Formats: sequence, C-alpha cells, structure tokens
Amino acid sequence: MFDRRLVLNFDWVLLLSVLLLVSAGIINLYSATANWATPGGAFYLKQIFWFSGGLGLMLLTSAFDYRHLEHYALHAYFLTIGLLLYVLLFGKTSMGATRWIHLGFFNLQPSELAKLVIILLLARIFGRTAKTLGYGLNDLWAPAVLLLIPFALILRQPDLGTALLLLFIAGSMLFFAGLQRQTFLTLVAAGLLALGGGWFMLHDYQRERVLTFLDPEADPLGSGYHIIQSKIAVGSGGFWGKGFMQGTQSQLSFLPERHTDFAFSVFAEEWGFSGSFLLLLTYLFLVVWGIYIARRAADRFGMFLAIGAVAMIFWHIIINLAMVIGLLPVVGVPLPLFSYGGTSMITTMIAIGLLMNVSMRRFMF
Amino acid sequence: MGLDSRWIELPSVHRRLLLFSVTAAALFCLLLLRLWYLQIINTEDYQERSVRNRTRVLPLEAPRGPIFDRNGRLLVGNRPAFGISVMRQDVENPQALLALLAQLLDINATTLEKRWQQGKGLPIYRPVVLAEDVPRQFAERVLEHNTDLPGVLVSVRPVREYLEKGSIAHVTGYLGEVTEAELSQDRGKNLQTGDVIGKVALEKTYEDFLRGTKGLRRVEVDVRGKLLRPLEIEAPQPGQRVFLTIQQELQQAANLAFGDNSGALVAMDVRTGEVLAMLSRPTYDPSLFARGIESQAWTELLRDPRHPLQNKAISGLYAPASTFKMMVALAALREDSGARRRVVDCDGSFELGEARFRCWKKDGHGRTDMIKALRESCDLWFYQVGLDLGIDKIAAIAREFGLGEVVGFPLAGENAGVVPSRAWKRQRFQAPWYGGETVIAAIGQGYVLVTPLQLAVMTAALANQGTLLKPQIVKRVEDWQGKVLQQTTPQILHQIEMPAAAWQTINDGLVAAVNEPHGTGSASRMAEVVVAGKTGTSQVVRRKSEEEEENQAGEEVPYEFRPHALFVAYAPADKPQIAVAIVVEHGRHGGGTAGPMAKAVFEAYFKAQSTDFTTLVLMEKEESD
Repeated sequence: MFDRRLVLNFDWVLLLSVLLLVSAGIINLYSATANWATPGGAFYLKQIFWFSGGLGLMLLTSAFDYRHLEHYALHAYFLTIGLLLYVLLFGKTSMGATRWIHLGFFNLQPSELAKLVIILLLARIFGRTAKTLGYGLNDLWAPAVLLLIPFALILRQPDLGTALLLLFIAGSMLFFAGLQRQTFLTLVAAGLLALGGGWFMLHDYQRERVLTFLDPEADPLGSGYHIIQSKIAVGSGGFWGKGFMQGTQSQLSFLPERHTDFAFSVFAEEWGFSGSFLLLLTYLFLVVWGIYIARRAADRFGMFLAIGAVAMIFWHIIINLAMVIGLLPVVGVPLPLFSYGGTSMITTMIAIGLLMNVSMRRFMF
Repeated sequence: MGLDSRWIELPSVHRRLLLFSVTAAALFCLLLLRLWYLQIINTEDYQERSVRNRTRVLPLEAPRGPIFDRNGRLLVGNRPAFGISVMRQDVENPQALLALLAQLLDINATTLEKRWQQGKGLPIYRPVVLAEDVPRQFAERVLEHNTDLPGVLVSVRPVREYLEKGSIAHVTGYLGEVTEAELSQDRGKNLQTGDVIGKVALEKTYEDFLRGTKGLRRVEVDVRGKLLRPLEIEAPQPGQRVFLTIQQELQQAANLAFGDNSGALVAMDVRTGEVLAMLSRPTYDPSLFARGIESQAWTELLRDPRHPLQNKAISGLYAPASTFKMMVALAALREDSGARRRVVDCDGSFELGEARFRCWKKDGHGRTDMIKALRESCDLWFYQVGLDLGIDKIAAIAREFGLGEVVGFPLAGENAGVVPSRAWKRQRFQAPWYGGETVIAAIGQGYVLVTPLQLAVMTAALANQGTLLKPQIVKRVEDWQGKVLQQTTPQILHQIEMPAAAWQTINDGLVAAVNEPHGTGSASRMAEVVVAGKTGTSQVVRRKSEEEEENQAGEEVPYEFRPHALFVAYAPADKPQIAVAIVVEHGRHGGGTAGPMAKAVFEAYFKAQSTDFTTLVLMEKEESD
C-alpha cells in the first residue's frame, strides 16, 4: 500500500519553510509573553504543542491519496454546514460572537473547517470541467450558492474576517479557473454593489473598525488604540529593531493582542525592517512554492486543491500584515504559522498537508 | 474521474500561475514599502512616540531660598517634613496596610481610607499621599516596619520654616497655594495646581529669586501606568539666598520691647537707608499659611479689629502729632535764620478769632524759644510760628522730607499719607483753607497723616542733615556659590538744602528733649550714647469739652479712645548712625510708652556694635602679636 516514491518525493522545501516560519513565531512568542504570568504553561510551549499536533495532522493529510478527497467533498461540505448551523443555535459565545463548539479540551471552530471545505468543494467543481473560453455566469450558479450558504452563516456569527476570507479563497480559485470577460466584469460590478450594500449590514463594531482604520487618531484611547499602538511598535523598530525582548511597546504591554493577531508588530519592533524583510521574504517564498506545487500537480483537482490552499494561506498573511501596519482595518485575522493559537495552527497545517499531498503525488500517474 | 479531469490546458494555466506569483510578489512589495515608510522614513516619529508612551515625569519639589538677616543669620528657612505615601501598584491588601499604618502613625484609619480613595483618581505611577508632615519618630516607626508595608514610601519634602515666628512676619510674608488666577499670570509659570507661591511681602516680591527650579524623576511605566524603574533624575535647584538689611538682634529687641502693644516700629541706618528693624503689631504666625490655613483661623485674622495682617509700618496712617513739629521749625529756619531765638509767650491757650487752641500743658510754658519748644513740645509756640508761616511753607518742607508720598519700598501696600496745603484742600474738598487748620497742622494733627516708615525716613534725613535716603529692606541676593545676583546700594531720593546752623538747631532741640530736664523724651535717655528724639501724642478723637476731659482725667479712658504714642529718635546725636520711628496705637503718651522702646533698639544696636568692635580689636591684636 505504501509507496516508496512518496518518501522520495517528500517536499522538504515546503516543510523547511514552514519550520522556519513556525520557529520565528515561537521565538517571537517567547518574547511577547515573557512577562506574563500564565497558568497552565507558557504560551510558547503551548504553541509548540499545537505545532506538533499540526505537524501530525499535516502528515496525516498527506498520507493518503488526495483524490479520495474529491469523492468526500460534498459529504464534508454538508457536515460543515450542519456544524455551522449548530454553532449558531447552541455554540459557545465569547466576546460578542458565537463561533465555537466546546469539545472539552478543544474548542472547534466550524468556520475554520469551512475554509478547507470550500477549497475542497471548488477544486472538485472546477477540476472536473475545463472551459477553454473560461466560465460563464450560467456555470457559476451552483458554486455561488454553495459558497454563499456558509458565507452567510459565518457572517451571522458574526465573523466578518473569516467570511471575507471565504470569498477571497473562492475568488482566487474562480479567477484561476478562468472567467469569460463579460462574467468577470459582471462579478466585479456585483462585488462593488455588495460592498456598498454591505456597509449597511455591518455590525456597529465592524463599522467602527472601518472608520477607525480611516482615522485612527480620532479616538486614540478607544477604538483607534490597537492600530496606533501597533504602528508605534512597528515604526519605532527602525532598521535593526530594538533587539530580542527589548521592544518597549510589547514588553510594557502597550501592544494589545500581541501574542495573537498583533504578533508581527512585536517582531517588527524587536527585529526592525531587516528582520521583517526576511520574514516577509520567507512567507513570499512559501506562497510562490505553493504556486509551484500547483503547477507541478498531476491533475486538475490537485492543482485547484493546491491553489486553494495557497490562496487561503496567502490571504491570511496579506490581511494580517496589512492590518497590523495600518493598511487595512482591524479584522481578527491571525498570521498563519506565526500568531499564537491552536485553531489557526491546525487549519494552516492541514492546508500545508494538502499542498504536501499534491506535491508528493505529482508523479503518480 | 475521467481522463478529462486530469487534463491540464498548459499554456493558459501556466500564464495564470505566473500571474498569481507576480500578484503575490507585488502585494508583498506593497507591504514592504509600507514597512519602509514606517520603519525607515518615519521611525524617529514613532520612536519618540514609543518613548512618550512608556515614560512619565514626576516632579521633585525644590526648596525655597532661605532669607537671612544682614549678618547671615537665618530668618526663614526650610525644614524637612516627613510624608507617608504609598504606591498603589504594590499593595495587595489595602485594608490591612491602612490599618497597620493608622496604628503606627496614631491616625484615624478612616482618614487614611479617605486619602486612599481619593488617590484612586491619580495615575497609578504616582504615589498616593496618606499623611503629610508626620513627626519624625512616626516616620522612623514606619521605616522600621517597611517589610510589613509593601509599597509604602517615607518621603522628605522641604516645608517653609519661619524661625522668627511672628516677629518679622510682615516683612518676610507668607506662602499659599497658587490660585487659578496666578497660574494664568506670568508669575505662575512653571507652577502647577497644589504648588505654593509667595502671597505677600518679600515672599511675593522676591518670588522669582526665592522659588527654586523643580527637579524631575523620569520613570518607565507600562500600559497601566505601573511604575517599572526610574530612568533619570534631574535634581531640583534650590531658590536663591536673600539677605535682608534687617539686623536680627535689633528686630528681636524691638519685638521684646513692643510687648503686646499694637503699632509699628521702623529702625533705619541713617547713612544708607537700610532698614535694620521693622515690625508691625499685632502679628501672626506665617507658618500657619505654609500648608494651607484653616478657614476659621483665617477669618479670625481678617476680622481682628487690630488688623494683624496689615503691615502698619508701611501702610498704617497716623497723625504725626508733635513729631511733625520739626517740619514747622525747619520751615521757620528757612524763612528766617534767627527763628531759633523767636520767643512766644505760652500761657496754655491760643486764640484765633472765635476759636481757642490749647497747649498740652494747661498752665503754659511761659517764655518759650525754639529749643525749649522742641524740648518741652510746647504747642503754643508752633501754633503761632505755624500760623505766621502759613500752611504751604510747612507743606513744602514736609514734602521734601518724603511725607505725603510713597518711597517705592519693595513691599506692597505702602501708603502715601497726606501733607495738606491750600491747593490740596481746594482739590480735595473744593474749600478754602482756614487759619485754624494751619494751627492744628503745625502740631501734626488735623489732615496730616504719615506712615511709620515715612517718619523713619524723615528722622534719618534730620539726622544726616538733609539726605533723604530710600529705605532698603533687601541687602543682596546670592546664589549657592556665593555669587551676588543683586545688590542694593544707598539711593538718595533728595538732598534737602538748609544752612548748617538750621540742622544744628533741630539737633539741639531734639537732644534737649531727651537729655535735659523737662524734656519729653527722657525715657529714651542712655548713659553711653547721646540720643536725640521727639515725642508725639496723636489724638484719636477730637476733645469734646474741657469738662469731659476733666472727668476722664481721673478714670481709665477706653482703649479705642486713648491717643497713639509716637516717638522718633536718632543716635548718637553728634554722629548719627541709626534712626527709629515708633507708633504705639492707643499708647497714650509718646515719651512714656514709645521712648523706652527706642532705647531698647538703640541699646541692642550699640551693644552689637561694641561686640563687633571688641572682636575686631582682639583680632587685630592677635594678628599683631
């Protein structure tokens, strides 16, 4: 059953870049949480634990032939919809949002699952039929409906960040599948209309975040606080940074959420532009390598699977970084492999696992 | 899963993959550009903001400059006041801590509790003051228990200390908390609410010198304002050292001699104009104001009919009575050099038209010349001579002596007084001048009003033969290295031109008043030094009738109806050094009440001088040996 070629084709480059990023994240986490009294173990130790779990899941995800997944895509999709519905009805509420299902040791977040499932589902749809002239509107009704159901459910939680990510992932895959010119223009117009209409459907706190982003200094101690402190942290890092464990913004707790969403601010403060440059370069390499995996994929399904996984990781990176350096409003999106958090780590590692799977089986036919 | 699905249309797919890679790289470049903008271009701005984020400044109070007497004896200084404060961030169990502190400090626990609650409004890096100015032994007790008192600090801050208590309060003044109005003025700059500022007298006038420069302690805080570590300390600069012209022994002697009387005393160096002693009574304890006076005590001071807050030496207005007679005598001598021998026959009563004016001596002085008139203070002689001169000539001399004008003394509240003349009355009352008004003005009653300071300036000018000196109260200001920042030099306001014989005549009269039989000022006579002086008894209420006066003669006159006692004098008569002017409110007779006070000041002055002289001689001897 086990193929020797699998070991030979193991994508060490992918694993190495992941290891690099996770190590940087853990070192950074050590500094960010150094002066915290943490019951139940230090954060960096917990992050190592999550990464180990993630590594296991990655190996598990890459162990079987990804083509089996195509068969189960719809099952997984409906299961996820069910979980999302369950969350809305019985989920655990925390900080004004209902996102979690309590599973004893672990809080399952079905919206994370939804990201993976939508990749799977769209890969299956787009993988089956290639259109030489690109997809038209008529071809897109089914995938659009399938996408909008989880999108709406996640928006209801409310979790704008994840819902938008769902759209970004799907959009990337759709664009990759190819669109007719007219369809493309229609979709762009529809997107702009939705953006306008969406403003009125936003929750107050979400609207405030957008306004805060446009003018953070208007409320420096209130809603503008996060973004101002983050920019101060990043900017004061300068070229060489203040040094490991020397970032005053993070060490003296001026930086909020510095172990999760704003972990990069800590890094940028302590390692400066030089360190940030190297970190971003590594991320870019991971993304480009992922695209390279897609290119080498043995079949269309594998290619779309890889593209979906890369898109998911890529958009997380871009949105998070743009957010902490003040280019986007504050939406709760972590930096993959870097921010503290089990959910993000596991979802990302499963996506890496999919990439690995596709990469390992490139010569299987 | 047909073959179909595995087929990849290569060229277009590869094109899109490339497009994806390029897009990804472009977005990363955008992020890097933004990082460049934040971390390279604007980094200084953000670095400054991060420093501001984490640092706070705690002011360190500067001790006020001390005030010394002319010989460097400390009059106003600072003493350490021990305060107990607490850093809230280090306290885990406030209840227990406050209870223990209350026990150690012997203070009601609820007082501490109140302070603690008030302190919750402060930023957490600022210590909360729980008790101020606690006795040293209590502070030591707290230090001994510091292991049981986490977060508790014993602080030492300078508090103004007035070593002379009320003796010289009207000269040195007092402090008070700075008001909103003062903060917006120039003199309130660099001050904050809760700081103290000089409110009156020298503490106010010399505020710029006396106030030091606050120091600061820059500390690092975290996001909750919790103090983490000190970063730097800038030591406070104490205020400059102010040396007065006051001589402490004289001030103390005057204070002692004045007793519980009300009034004022000014002693002045007739060669320099330096004020050697200045007091106003009753007085108050200026240290009451140092830490905010209680409103009840304040109201009492304000309502006291004897006006303890007023510096009567510069703002108290009194009829000079017989001390004004020298002005009339000088006016007569200027008019006629033979006026010394002018004889008036005093029978105790002087008639002018319908009105009758009486000499203080009912039976009269008999044949009286100028010297006798000055010696025995014969009113009748001055009635006649004054009437012959007319008010304007008297007024002209008086004005030359600085009466009726402020001299520009460095303390606020100086009064000009009144030297009446025809023009003055026309302007003031739109009425003509009457001869009877000249008569009473000639004995320093009626409209004439002077301050004790003016009397001292006048007396000094009599002593030094016409040099009107500006009275000085500050000798010099030094910094702590001894560098002189300000030095006052004698300042001549005016030189009064008179023939030498005229000065001699006045001197003879004043010497006679103190030293000859029947002289009114004999109570100030000294064995070693010849004193020249003139008494005055200033009527507070117009005498109503002879009968009334007869009735009152035998009984006690109520305090507020008793005349003020005045005395001006200088010594030694042949080579004058010091002049004094004394007003004792309701002190009855100038000679009897005020005379001994002048003597006490002179004694202190010459005693101090002889000690200095002896030491000087001894030192010289040692050197020559």
